[in-house]
Amino acid sequence: MNGVVGTLARTQARDALRSRWLFVYTAFFLVVSEALLRFSAGDANAIVSLATVTFTVVPLGALVLSTAYVYGAREFTELLLAQPVKRSSVYAGLYLGLAAPLTCGFLAGVGLPLVVRGGGDPALRGAVWTLLGVGAALTLAFTAIAFMIALGVEDRLRGLGIALGVWLLAAVAYDGIVLAAVAIFSDRPIERPLLALMFANPADLGRVLVLLRLDVAALMGYTGAVFAHFFSGASGAIAGATGLAFWIAAPIAAGTMRFRRKDF
Amino acid sequence: MTSMIEFRGITKRFGRTDVLSGVDLSVASGSVMGLIGPNGAGKTTLLKLLLGLAHPTTGEILVAGQRVGNDESYRARIGYMPQITRLPDNLTASELFDVIRGVRAPSISIDHEIIAQFRLGDHLDKPLKILSGGTRQRVNAALALYYRPSILVLDEPTAGLDALSSTTLKDTIRARRDEGATVLVTSHIMTELEELCDEVAFLVDGRVGYVGSIDELTTRTRQVSLERAIASLMIREVA
Repeated sequence: MNGVVGTLARTQARDALRSRWLFVYTAFFLVVSEALLRFSAGDANAIVSLATVTFTVVPLGALVLSTAYVYGAREFTELLLAQPVKRSSVYAGLYLGLAAPLTCGFLAGVGLPLVVRGGGDPALRGAVWTLLGVGAALTLAFTAIAFMIALGVEDRLRGLGIALGVWLLAAVAYDGIVLAAVAIFSDRPIERPLLALMFANPADLGRVLVLLRLDVAALMGYTGAVFAHFFSGASGAIAGATGLAFWIAAPIAAGTMRFRRKDF
Repeated sequence: MTSMIEFRGITKRFGRTDVLSGVDLSVASGSVMGLIGPNGAGKTTLLKLLLGLAHPTTGEILVAGQRVGNDESYRARIGYMPQITRLPDNLTASELFDVIRGVRAPSISIDHEIIAQFRLGDHLDKPLKILSGGTRQRVNAALALYYRPSILVLDEPTAGLDALSSTTLKDTIRARRDEGATVLVTSHIMTELEELCDEVAFLVDGRVGYVGSIDELTTRTRQVSLERAIASLMIREVA
């Protein structure tokens, strides 16, 4: 990567790589992955547990670390914007400079214990690759959402509160809300609206994509069961990947627009 | 003398608050202008508008005849020293200079002596987080001057600097002015502005209450110093 974006991304990534929080984030996934692979009853159970941890911790880590980062880097951002550079380049550099180390931290933490074991059970490699891909995609998506929040809310505490609220909604409460909707509208045909609800939450979408590869329908939740009913095989993977790509692209685009107009 | 910086009818509204209401101000090329005013008068906002960090609600700003807008190229002329600022903790001062050089243009003219003038040689390879507040502020000052800008925008530049560094900075500003640079500086230290400025602009409630030379101001207000003259203007405003 060359030019202004590359310079800023490399600089920010260097700053992040020397920081304690990235080390802790990577070490967390490393310890949890190693423990699950070592002590679970079979690799499939370990992957399911690892997926559950991933879909809870990745959105939390990306949202909280990125929101705090944007607020903390505000004065440096102003210094950069006072240089003869485009705002969109500064935004891209700052985003990539944080999203890339976070993604690498996740991939290293979850991937290294599997690499040490020669990739684990060959029958599960598709699920492992999907887990790594979805975890990386969720990192990119929730980092972009965090940028959007921090750029739109002046007050740091309020911004962090909103980030935590988004995490609670996306990673913790969402399936409960869906179940409540199912119970309330049980006398109506709600499969298609439920499918839309699943695409409306990247964490839910990611969870279903991984669990589909493991064929453990009981763990998918209601939206996952509906998804499995509508999309099987390649069409499901393509639809899910397209949905995740949208969840990366849309907040990046919205964040870039917000960054261009923002008064610092 | 031609204008290097012109603010024309600038208003800036944040929510329901008018921070600037119709500022017209011109800074002559090769001169030092001090922006003075009580807290909240709009000094920093005016600097941010000049730098493109914020957008005016109405009005326009010209830098060397170029309208400040979507084209960021005019900022190549500007060296900016913010108030005490937080820089990335884990980078070294040397890396910080490199990144600013990288985003401006690798081939840009550099004043290597500025590092020595601000006694930063021994600190270049240390992470910024272990440097004292004063040393970080010296890094800030050197960053603004390193690329030989023709316009210097300095927001409370001597805040946090020791006497030697403060003197070095003021001497450097004067030297740059003598070489033709235009300087816009805010400060609450009136003696400092008396040392540096050819003209001062007094901002109050988001508008320009006075603009002209310090001698003219002290004569008009019948005061012996800039500090007393400004205090006199503020008393009149309150009355």
